[in-house]
Amino acid sequence: MRYAETGFNLEVDLTRGNIECVATDPKLVPLHLGGLGTNARHFWDRVPPETEPYAPENHLVFGTGLLCGTPAPGSNRTIVSAISPQTRLFGYAMMGGFFGPELKHAGYDKIVLRGRSPEWVYLHIHDGKVELRDAKHFVGLGTLESAELIRQELRDPKAQVSSIGLAGENRVFFASIEQGRSSASRLGLGGVMGDKRLKAIAVRGTGDIQIAHPPEYMAICKEVLEFIEKRNRNPIPGVMPILAGLGSPQEMAIHDEKWHTENFAWGNARHRRKGFWTEEIQKSWTGTMERMRTRLLSCHNCPMKCGAAISVDTRLCSYMMKCFSKLTYTMAAMSDLDFGLRIAQKATEHGVDAFSAPQTMAFALELYEAGILKPTDFPGMPLDNEGAFYWLLDRIVRREGIGDVLADGTYWAAKRIGNGAEAYAHNNIKKTEQLPLKLGMLNPIYFLMYCTGEKANITQIEGNFPQAPFATREEREAFIRDWPQVPDERFKQWFVEWELRGEKSIPSYPTIDATCEIVNWQEKMHYIDDATGLCAGLSSFPLKPPYHLHNLPALISAGAGLELDEAGLDRVTRRNRNLVRCLNIQRGLRRADERPPDDHWKNRFPELEQKLLDEYYKFKGWNQDGVPTRETLLELGLDYVYEDFVRRGILEGG
Amino acid sequence: MSKKPRKKLVKRIKIDVDKCNGCRACEVICSSFHAVPRYSSANPARSRIRVIRDPLADIYVPVYAGEYAAAQCAGRNEYTIDGKRYEECSFCRASCPSRPLFKEADSGLPLKCDMCESDPTLEQPKCVEWCLAQALVYEEREEEVVGEEEAAPDEVELGLEALAAKHGWQTLLDTVTRLTKRG
Ligand code: SF4
Ligand code: SF4
Ligand code: SF4
Repeated sequence: MRYAETGFNLEVDLTRGNIECVATDPKLVPLHLGGLGTNARHFWDRVPPETEPYAPENHLVFGTGLLCGTPAPGSNRTIVSAISPQTRLFGYAMMGGFFGPELKHAGYDKIVLRGRSPEWVYLHIHDGKVELRDAKHFVGLGTLESAELIRQELRDPKAQVSSIGLAGENRVFFASIEQGRSSASRLGLGGVMGDKRLKAIAVRGTGDIQIAHPPEYMAICKEVLEFIEKRNRNPIPGVMPILAGLGSPQEMAIHDEKWHTENFAWGNARHRRKGFWTEEIQKSWTGTMERMRTRLLSCHNCPMKCGAAISVDTRLCSYMMKCFSKLTYTMAAMSDLDFGLRIAQKATEHGVDAFSAPQTMAFALELYEAGILKPTDFPGMPLDNEGAFYWLLDRIVRREGIGDVLADGTYWAAKRIGNGAEAYAHNNIKKTEQLPLKLGMLNPIYFLMYCTGEKANITQIEGNFPQAPFATREEREAFIRDWPQVPDERFKQWFVEWELRGEKSIPSYPTIDATCEIVNWQEKMHYIDDATGLCAGLSSFPLKPPYHLHNLPALISAGAGLELDEAGLDRVTRRNRNLVRCLNIQRGLRRADERPPDDHWKNRFPELEQKLLDEYYKFKGWNQDGVPTRETLLELGLDYVYEDFVRRGILEGG
Repeated sequence: MSKKPRKKLVKRIKIDVDKCNGCRACEVICSSFHAVPRYSSANPARSRIRVIRDPLADIYVPVYAGEYAAAQCAGRNEYTIDGKRYEECSFCRASCPSRPLFKEADSGLPLKCDMCESDPTLEQPKCVEWCLAQALVYEEREEEVVGEEEAAPDEVELGLEALAAKHGWQTLLDTVTRLTKRG
């Protein structure tokens, strides 16, 4: 009997239309758990580093987390992986919603897609019945639109559908895979799906998911649920509202956007607008939200309702939104919330990442203003910002004219455009991800996260440690009083002593050692979630979450029938984390790439920065080029990685 | 037979569809609670509450499994409330041949909400406990009823089944017919 997982993967060869149900090796669970861990292992074993993102040899894997679909609140993540067209590295994006649990109930832990279909198809899974069906009649349709038509065609209103829109079909580098309540948006995995000519996956499952030790498992689930209820009644004082509660930042419920609108940069991540948030704007934006938001929505088995159904217009089908995508279009276009929510409806149907798409459009408009792109590049584009954004979105998702260049995102587009365009793809983490935020003083914690995050994306490694010190010692002492989530007591001390100004403030405090530990803790939590499929919103992302290092080992053990203690979970997590890094090392990632966005902070400290990296690499067991050392690899049982690295000359043998 | 008013405990779950966030926690926990052994598996398809959802139409209706119906209704209804069209059967509790709801996935046997009856008695049903959105709220109240004591149907059923097993259904039916005529 397999517990928590189903023990089967679906392997679909799209070139030949062949479908197989493959029993997985049970030994992989104690080694990698599931989700990102086993996805990474799959790519290591099966996808060689020479593989091009848009080649039949690339795989697209929908991997459920190990605990996905169990009664643990928030256990609903699907980790989608492929070689990313945007970074050309191992890419992974998570989606919540309902797809993962449904897939598990259908009897599969992962769907592995390879090859390229000769014609457009969609995959239909209903328990043991799996088929590829003609999707020619859905080509060109929106993500939600086609999902709905597929449900009708299958006469199965309960089917969960993941689909791509025009952007994915046309292999846009930031195309998303949309799934109603959620989406796998980052790193262009929708483009890989389009390259495979797979329009959608519809899944319906009615099978059981087994729990190894039910009483122990349920006792923790119950504690978690009670904790959530209590925590919802007691938001954390002294931090801004979006950081006070659990879940994804509650952007759909909260109206006060003073912090985002005045601290984040507008346009092409350029303009800070102090004093923007007036009473008038507050009133108008609140009105917009209340008019368009029809309901707050949760993912599978989670009470947090971080998402919302948005109806921009009764004639159009509504869509679901969450988190900061609320403001990305608004701010990039220097417009208002009404515009932001309206264009997001179109963008969701086209299936683009709500972070990269608006940034790319704002970047294009700046190049236009600077004369680097010419009016002839924008034939017929309306002159107002809003009109221009709609026009650009349409060109990008169709890859028409300048849209074809922009569809590769700011980094690659700037390279293609040349003529000084590179300077406008600025403030980017590891080349491709443009940050809509600029700050004064280097923050050592964020410095390391920007540099070393494997995903080139910040929100998925930050989390449990406060982003900034609290003003007074009393506040800090109050905060640490009930903070059992920390790995050990030292973390409390570091926080208590962390001052806004003076000796113990950024950039020199937290100290280098403490910074390494803090970054490691936050990252570790994410790697656990990405393997278990628990939502970061209840675990790695917010302050004081219900899931933490001290209850997760028992939960995972009781659910999956493992014997994991804290040290054991640490080992599994380090193994997964190093394996993901090694996939990227194989594909060329090195220290030289691990740089923060050049103009993110005004005040930089080259010496300190190098020291931080030196020490963090040591802490992680990596050499000074960022490559995991022989000792690290062997200690984690990654001998096969070590051997490969020796063969490739990445590490020395012997 | 006594016609004196008696107190009866009425258990009720109040459903507020406006508060439902579509999370299906109620389905997960109901199926898990009723798994044998308890909590040994999860499977919303076996749940005795199902959330009828149509996200794009903003429809979320938690429905409890009620009586088994051998045949489907002759006529069906479709409701429009606040401009939202609810498909026929949206509010119906029956486990009936017209739809796959409220049937065990493997055996097809009907499922029925038992209000989580168990020993020891729970403070509140599981689906209510897990619905932090308070779309499901449990209420107990005493009502005065006039009339004959209702035997718990399960006991009668059990008794009849036992008799039938001993004497055969035909004998049992004949006897019941004879006795009721006499009465
Ligand atoms: S916390 Fe929010 S995003 Fe996470 S599972 Fe719950 S509803 Fe979904
Ligand atoms: S648990 Fe409550 S909010 Fe969630 S689906 Fe059920 S009734 Fe709706
Ligand atoms: S009351 Fe109990 S049996 Fe009935 S639906 Fe809720 S959890 Fe299931």
